[in-house]
Amino acid sequence: MPPVRFTREHEWIRVEGGVGVIGITDYAQQQLGDVVFVEMPEIGSTVSKGAQAAVVESVKAASEIYAPASGEVVAVNDGLVEEPGKVNADALGEGWFFKIRLTDPGELDSLMSEEAYAEFLGSLH
Amino acid sequence: MRYLPLTEADRRAMLDAIGVPSVDDLFCDVPPPARLQVPVDLPFHLDEPAVERAFHAFAARNISPSAVPTFLGAGVYRHHIPAAVDHLIQRGEFLTAYTPYQPEIAQGTLQYLFEFQTQLALITGMEIANASLYDGATACAEAVMMACRIARRRRIILSGGLHPHYRATTETYCRFLGIDAVAMPPSWTGDEDPAARLDRDAACVVVQNPDVFGRVRDYSALAVACHAQGALLVVAVNEVVSLGLLTPPGEMDADIVAGEGQSLGNSPSFGGPTVGLLAARERFVRQMPGRLCGETVDVDGRRGFVLTLSTREQHIRRDKATSNICTNSGLCALAFTIHLTLLGELGLKRLGELNHARAIALFDRLAAIPGVEMLNETFFNEFTVRLGQPAANVVEALAARGILGGVPVSRLLPGWSEAEPLLLLAATELNTDDDIDALVSAMREVL
Repeated sequence: MPPVRFTREHEWIRVEGGVGVIGITDYAQQQLGDVVFVEMPEIGSTVSKGAQAAVVESVKAASEIYAPASGEVVAVNDGLVEEPGKVNADALGEGWFFKIRLTDPGELDSLMSEEAYAEFLGSLH
Repeated sequence: MRYLPLTEADRRAMLDAIGVPSVDDLFCDVPPPARLQVPVDLPFHLDEPAVERAFHAFAARNISPSAVPTFLGAGVYRHHIPAAVDHLIQRGEFLTAYTPYQPEIAQGTLQYLFEFQTQLALITGMEIANASLYDGATACAEAVMMACRIARRRRIILSGGLHPHYRATTETYCRFLGIDAVAMPPSWTGDEDPAARLDRDAACVVVQNPDVFGRVRDYSALAVACHAQGALLVVAVNEVVSLGLLTPPGEMDADIVAGEGQSLGNSPSFGGPTVGLLAARERFVRQMPGRLCGETVDVDGRRGFVLTLSTREQHIRRDKATSNICTNSGLCALAFTIHLTLLGELGLKRLGELNHARAIALFDRLAAIPGVEMLNETFFNEFTVRLGQPAANVVEALAARGILGGVPVSRLLPGWSEAEPLLLLAATELNTDDDIDALVSAMREVL
């Protein structure tokens, strides 16, 4: 499986064949608590790196999900719309949000590796 | 306590502390032409009896609608408010409470707001309602923004039958949000076709029932046309008593209802404060602005009330909130709810019938006056007539005879070429036969 890259806003992206799958990290879902609602971008719309692309709402807060990279939205996780609790159960797997076709794979270079993200989380405490 | 708490020495000490020579220097960023160069011409001070006398004299220049025959409407209506309403809302627990920021401690407040929402959903034929907004015009603007979020489109169509104040308020919001508001021209004939303006870029069509000229409309076909284009139908209601008699917007398949609740429980009060109504389909609940109360059970299984979905509100979600309005018209909503509770379902229906009957009586008498042309084929408790001279002059002449004879359309639509001879007249359950006699005989003199 290709490596996962992480943002400082606690999103992850896994790229396979020019398409990136995007979600929020396990740390993010823990901080949010029970997720009750997700709002997805429109398929066919374009998102740019760092801009708001989706919304995740828990019993505590509604938060933006920022695109880790730029691209065109090619799929959204309808299963998550039906059952938002999947974010809590499996944030890095079934809890994915949407997929984009990357405009510039070079944008990924500025994201963190799994080890770097773990270190970053350590620095938050 | 001194009325003016600051002495010159207090001011000097504060100015010195921040290193500013004078109070005027604090306003140096305001361009000089925008600043008063001399103080406003007001008396420096008066004793209390003199202030009372002065304000009584100001007030005496008004003609109070409760003292004379009145036919004013155009969005604000005079109805009988049962004495129990004012008595109950003046209880300290209701009257002095601010919007609950620690909401669950105020179970009484949450319960009446929950009942308000329930009543509003029932009378509009919708599934959900929020705990009220400021007034009908801002509720209309909020409904439009809600529709744009839901449809993910940024163009809206405003019917020419929408109250001009609602239209103007909505256009102001749209201008600063980058939403393209297409306003159709005013039309008392009711033959506009908003459906023809629909396309795949339109988020919603906003119509009103009865429309601003008093016509009763069926928007079922327009709802179908909207939905076929992926747009929403927003129906504004500014005389909520009409819902006792007319088909509610929900039954016409409206998606959002924006309204004015003043008619129930709240006196005209020179146009405010009033209470904004917002109801919608349940699937849109997360895009609904403002406060929402929900019913739940506590740890012991007892019924209780909570503010729900407030994660979408400004104090949590900041600039991404669904609205910059984080509060509601609590006391006015309470008055609405007590009045509607006293009426009950049958009472609201009877009140609607009575209003319509009084308007028919007024209509038939006016129709017999030469120089008065009746324009409405349908109406609830308000209609438009065309006079042989400017309606504003006629209203002034009637006022000189101690009658508030309606609202000139030129006042609502000052730039509209057809407005000048048009007059809006409303009749409610409070208009007696004597009132109508007085208006008719004064009108014959004036015309």
